[in-house]
This record gives sequence, structure tokens and C-alpha cells, in this order.
Amino acid sequence: MKQLMLGNKAFARGLYEAGCMVVSSYPGTPSTEVTEEAAKYDEIYCEWAPNEKVALEVAFGASLAGRRSFCGMKHVGLNVAADPLYTASYTGVNGGLIICVADDPGMHSSQNEQDSRHHAIASKVPMLEPSDSAEACEFAKRAYELSEEFDTPVIIKMCTRVAHSQSVVDTVDRVVPEPRPYEKNPAKYIMAPANAIKKHPLVEDRMRRLAEYAEDCPFNRVEMGDTRLGIITSSTCYQYVKEVFGDQACILKLGMVNPLPKKLILDFASKVEKLVIVEELDPIIENHCKQLGLTLSGKDLFPMEGEFSQNMIAEKLGVEVPNGSSLDEQMPGRPPVMCAGCPHRGMFYTLKQNKCTVLGDIGCYTLGSAPPLNAIDMVLCMGASLSSIHGFNKATAGQCEGKTVAVIGDSTFVHSGMTGLANIAYNQSNSTVIILDNSITGMTGHQQNPTTGYNIKGDPAGKIDLEALVRAMGISRVRVVDPYDLTACDQVIKEELAAPEPSVIISRRPCVLLKYVKAAPPLKVDCDKCIGCKSCMRLGCPAISVKNGKAVIDTTLCVGCGVCSQLCKFGALQKG
Amino acid sequence: MTKNIMIVGVGGQGSLLASKLLGHLLLKEGYDVKVSEVHGMSQRGGSVVTYVRFGEKVYSPIIDKGQADFIVSFEKLEAARYLEYLKPGGRIVVNTQEIDPMPVITGAAVYPENLIAKMEATGAAVDAMDCLALAEEAGSSKAVNIVLMGRLSKYFDNISLEKWQQAIEECVPPKFLELNQKAFLLGRN
Repeated sequence: MKQLMLGNKAFARGLYEAGCMVVSSYPGTPSTEVTEEAAKYDEIYCEWAPNEKVALEVAFGASLAGRRSFCGMKHVGLNVAADPLYTASYTGVNGGLIICVADDPGMHSSQNEQDSRHHAIASKVPMLEPSDSAEACEFAKRAYELSEEFDTPVIIKMCTRVAHSQSVVDTVDRVVPEPRPYEKNPAKYIMAPANAIKKHPLVEDRMRRLAEYAEDCPFNRVEMGDTRLGIITSSTCYQYVKEVFGDQACILKLGMVNPLPKKLILDFASKVEKLVIVEELDPIIENHCKQLGLTLSGKDLFPMEGEFSQNMIAEKLGVEVPNGSSLDEQMPGRPPVMCAGCPHRGMFYTLKQNKCTVLGDIGCYTLGSAPPLNAIDMVLCMGASLSSIHGFNKATAGQCEGKTVAVIGDSTFVHSGMTGLANIAYNQSNSTVIILDNSITGMTGHQQNPTTGYNIKGDPAGKIDLEALVRAMGISRVRVVDPYDLTACDQVIKEELAAPEPSVIISRRPCVLLKYVKAAPPLKVDCDKCIGCKSCMRLGCPAISVKNGKAVIDTTLCVGCGVCSQLCKFGALQKG
Repeated sequence: MTKNIMIVGVGGQGSLLASKLLGHLLLKEGYDVKVSEVHGMSQRGGSVVTYVRFGEKVYSPIIDKGQADFIVSFEKLEAARYLEYLKPGGRIVVNTQEIDPMPVITGAAVYPENLIAKMEATGAAVDAMDCLALAEEAGSSKAVNIVLMGRLSKYFDNISLEKWQQAIEECVPPKFLELNQKAFLLGRN
């Protein structure tokens, strides 16, 4: 049946049709929906793991047990999962093992723009790259065959425009292959030096065989057109190239981007007058072609950064592009903001009032860095807040610890903050850590995690007791505070910053967007009392503005959290 | 010939339902369809863009500058922001609602005035209406998306009202169906 499907949903469909049995992932835009959609099939066991390393090891274990398995993550997640990946390349698989990594060129929702193809090359694992939803489904199925035939994990690389675009997919029924029996095989599965040494040449041999396979595989294809221009491309760039040139140029579309073919490329290049490589981010196909001795254009024309588009490709290759009219004036920007009623806002306001240096982390709360709060000093990667504050405080030898805090969300804390806290407790820095516990993984769209008490299907599950965990790790000062209560927040922050030992403050209130969180009536402005002082505006709440010298509450946005009313000295903001 | 509809607005306004409805309808009409969305961080009250493309064979999932046959905007400033994407002779269907972005709220910028007239002055055909009022008349401020779809439907001579209504029935939960059908007709008429 033909259906319009998100690339990620189509990927999940491919997993389903190929008989995938176990899925373990950590959410990350733009990869999250592969796992969310897979979880809708009762035949597949699906879970959110605490982080990508755990997820990949779970999927590896399922493969070891002879079942087809899957693990999904965003590009930076593969850095976390790199450890098992590089050695799973040596062990190979039993049941087929697919890893989805979703890159984010243009950084719609990411902290860097790394090109995941480097991981495939470095770990010596084949990588496929679909260009639309139909291919995402098809490649997922074929990747299992490839994985089992070549005894290797297979990475399928998505990007934002493939993951989050819908296109037509033709679905078929699920076929589950016979499980492969698990057999004890120390030489294959115990990667101690004596075995690994024997494995490495086999990995190299596998790459040679895969390179042979790439010469004539179903993932790579040539579309001949006018031979004056030949373009080698992959992924969503293929779609842009087709949009510009249709059948008017020769195209070598690569669906397998590691390893890259040689003869296929040389043969293609010999048939065209001018060769151009169109690839987002790093010049990986380009460098491969240059190693083959080819003369070509690539990054001399196209940027290393950001997303491409049909107009960009047309312009760079001398094709006229349509013009649109714009207004002369600059439009005010509309950056993302913390939602009205976001529980993080009260805590960030308090930190700003206390002039704290705030080492931040990855999640919705990164938005605390935006004006007018400007409450965050640093954001690096998942878990870095806790490790970095320890280094910061050790380096400054007591000078900064009275005004420096780390902030981290509940899901991120479990992902990779716990090890940083272990270091704080073990090596004793006087660090103050705030766990912003909104009882969900917020930014990626509300995924459950080990602190929420529910699993991926929303059924009751194991639940980490954060207070008990933190105490067990050796932190004796543990405070819990409601971030809607500014007085309490201020008191707790002052006390814990002053305390001569490490402390953890749990700022606890569920995300206001959660269905079970009931909004209070919107606040009302008493215009007789409001003097237009704009104190309430310091919160940066999108529901408050000042019009004609008086505060105005947007009743479609306000959830009645009442934080703003605590800032109003005149009692003008009243409960509705 | 591929047709391009760009849906722009503020994160949280419900543009995903609008693109779902269009995608569903156009696929049933026998077109090849691609819809491109943005998820994640930019959804949180930020400027959001969805591309809907349909035709005999669609390649790129995105719409580039000067290519949109329609810009459907949930908010006035957002229509002006993406004006450059409109094809010469293209049409803007815009909700006249103003939602202040954070730089305006904080006083770092001002909300531009007379945007509808300014857009018209560039030669764009602008169909502006207070969709929020109509959505509230239908029963919920959240139905702005379907009011806009109702308005857009006026410009599709080859797709009957019944087909739009059927598509709404297939895309909207039953308990909100009546409200949305009402919102659609209020937008269309």
C-alpha cells in the first residue's frame, strides 16, 4: 500500500518488514521518530536506553543472541556509542545489526555539524545513505542482509531532510527470518588482544570485499543524461541535483557511502566531460575521487558548512535561479524560547539574580542562555556541565565555587551526568549541581527516561530515585525545590553555594507541556495597579508583553504558573 | 509541473496538522507528494517552516527562494519573513494575528507596521484574514490551522469541497471533527 511517510517512520517500517526483534536507542533530533515509530509495532521489543553506548550494547547483545536488532541516535550520539561500535566491527554480528545515525547539517537542533561518515570509515563499518523515505525503508531491509552476509554492523546515515521529510512508501508484510542460534565462539566474541589481533586482518579483508560489492550493488546507480556534466552525489543532495538538472546531466547516485567504489566512479568519470561532487559537510567522496586521480570540482564550489538546496546547486553550476522579492526592512528574529510556564524559567531567573556562573548542558534548558535571562555561560555536550564545574572549581581553588553552578536535566543526568557527579563526590570539589527535573526528556519531544517511572510505551517501569542515588554516590547535601517558588529557589541557591561541600539541588516540576499537567487559569492584569515597570518582562516569558505602558497577558499561552506575579511589587498580576 | 506550498508560523501553532492534511489529500488526488518539516529545538516558540510539494514527480523536499506558489502563514510577521520564497505571481494566505517574538517582547526590536500593504506593494497577492477570530467562532483558538486550510482550498479549483472535507475527516480525531469542519468552512467562505 502506498503511504506518505516521514523518513524516520519509513525506516521503522523497514525494520519491521525485515523482522527486527529488538530496538534500543537514545532520543536525539533528527533520529528520534525511528524508534518511536518502531515502538508502535507490538512485534518489536523497543526501549529508550539511558544513553547511546548502552543502547548499542543492548542491540549488540540481541544480535549476539541471533536476532535482528537496531539502535538509533543523532550524530553526536555516535560519539558516545563509538566505543562499542569500533570493536563490534571486529566481532561482527550473529543476527543482523543496524545502527541509524542522523546528521543535522544546518544545525536545526544540534551543538555541532559533524559528518558521521568519518565514524564509518574509522570503524571500518559499511554505511548506507538513503535519499528519501522509500529508500529509508528499502535500505533498512537490505542492510540486514548486508550485515549478516558480511558479518558486520551496518550504519544507515540519515540527515534532517531525509529523516523529517515525508514521501511515498510502498509497504509489504513483515517477514521474520529464523533466529540464528547462539554458539559460544571466544575467537569471535572475546576481544582480548590475542583474538583481536587475529580479527583485525579479517576486518581489513571484509572492507576489501565490501569495496568489491560497492562496485555493483543495489545501492549505487548511474543515471545517464547529457555527458557534458557528470555529478556524483548522495542523500538529499541527489534530490536537489535532480530538481535542478532532471535528466539533463549524468548522475552517479551513491547509496553506499562507505566503502566507496573505485571502478564504478572511474568508469562514470570517463564518460563525462566535467565531473562535480555534490556532498554536504566534509569532502569525503571528493577526496576519494582525488585519490583515484580524477580532476573534479567539489568544495572549491560548495561550502563545508550548512545545508544545500536546489538554488544553491543551480547557482554554483551556472544555472539561472528564480528570484523572489523581499521587504527592504529587517524582520525581527524569532528564536526559539522557553515555553510559557516552563519550570526551568524560575530557576534560571534565580541564578541570574544571584549573578551565578552557570555551566549548562544539552536540553530544552539550553534556552536559558537566550535573552533576557542570558543565564548560561557554557554548553558543550551531554553531561559536560558536571565534569566541567569540577575542573572549573579545582582550577580556581575556592575563588569561584561560591557563585558557580552546573545545571543538567533529568534525562541528561542519567545519560552521562552521573559519572561527572561521581567524580565530584570522589575527588571532592565544592561544586553545586542543579538537576532540572522536569520528569521527561523534553527537547526531543517527550520521551520517557529512567527517572520518569514509565517505559517507551507509557507503561509503568523501573524508576530511579534521584535523591537516593545522589546520596549513594557520596553527596550528603541534597535539596529539592519547586522552581515556581522564587523565594525558596533563592534561599536554597544561597545556602548551597555557601555550604563548604558538594551539593545537589533537584529543581523539580514536570514539563508544562505534559498531558497530565493541568494548566491553571491565565493570570489577569490589574491595569489600575500596573505601572508599566516591566519587572515581569525580565523573565522572558512569551505570554507577557507590555502594550501602551501596561503588562498584557496572552491568555492563549499563559498557563497560570504565577512566577511573574512574584516579581510584581504592585500586585498587578493576579491569579485568574 | 511541481506546485509548492510553504507553511510558516510560530512553533506550537499547529502547522504539522496543516501539512498532514495537505499531504494526505494531495496523495489521494494521485500526485507525487513531499512534505518537509522541522522538529526539535526550533519548535519551541521559534519561527517554523513546512514545505509541501506536489506534482507528477517531486525530487527536492524543500522549497527555495522564488519558488513558492503559496505561502500559508499562521502569523503576519512570519509571512513577511519568508516573502522572498514566493514565486512572482504567487499568493500569500495569511492570518493577521500578531505574535510578538522575544526581541520585540524585550524591546530589542519593534514589530514592523503595515506589513500587509508592504507585501502587496511587492506585487504579491495577499489574502489576509483574522483566522484566530474565526477559529474561536468555530469553537477553539487551536483551529487556526484548519481555518487557513479552508482559505487555501478556495484556490484549488480542481479539488472539490467534499474531498477536502473527507481529508479532514481522515486526519482529525473524531471528537474534534465537527469543530474542524466548521473552522474549515469559516475559512473558505
